[in-house]
Amino acid sequence: MSYSLYEIVDEPINVEEVIQKVERREAGAINTFIGTVREWTSGKRTMYLTYQAYQPMAVSMLEKIGLEMEEKWPDTKAAITHRIGRLDISDIAVVICVSSPHRKAAYEANEYAIERIKQIVPIWKKEHWEDGATWIGDQLEKVPYPAGIPDIKDVKK
Amino acid sequence: MIRLLFFADIQEKMGKSQLAYDCDSVTIRELKEQLKTAYGLFEIDHVMTAVNEEYAMEEDMVKAGDTVAFIPPVSGG
Repeated sequence: MSYSLYEIVDEPINVEEVIQKVERREAGAINTFIGTVREWTSGKRTMYLTYQAYQPMAVSMLEKIGLEMEEKWPDTKAAITHRIGRLDISDIAVVICVSSPHRKAAYEANEYAIERIKQIVPIWKKEHWEDGATWIGDQLEKVPYPAGIPDIKDVKK
Repeated sequence: MIRLLFFADIQEKMGKSQLAYDCDSVTIRELKEQLKTAYGLFEIDHVMTAVNEEYAMEEDMVKAGDTVAFIPPVSGG
């Protein structure tokens, strides 16, 4: 089992292993988010996905998110694993585990982590449909790129 | 020499994942202009840039030995 809390892997993710990384005697809650590959998006059928990462920077951005979580929710411990390469429908793309003494912080920190992943972690998804393929840009609808470009404020904070 | 890295649609447009750019120092903005001129890479206006794995600003200066990665809007998760 790997002892690194933040990982990019090219093999199927073992959810239980990610959970074990955050298990602690002081924890009263472990919140696990599992992001999976969806077949239908707005009426369009996905056959499979390919994810690409700028690997060393993706890991350091996951670590940065970890530091941000520790600042905001001091008693939490987090582990994040993201898979890259070809993923089929229902495959697990990302697992985020957060443990904390009480459940509220674990829920909040976990949601924060996935939102930040969609802002700053250099991972890209290519959707393969029956009739073609496209690299998906910003999918975080709450933070569109109004000028057509990403906002440097989001990545520098 | 500056090492340039391309990902996702930018990588497909360039037909390669990296490029050695012969130059001593240049701003990100100038670098993007030169990629547009040399390769017609107009998408480069819509991507962020990381220098040595840290997000950088358009006016930041990069120098020989640096690695510049062009980061299209990310879509992980």
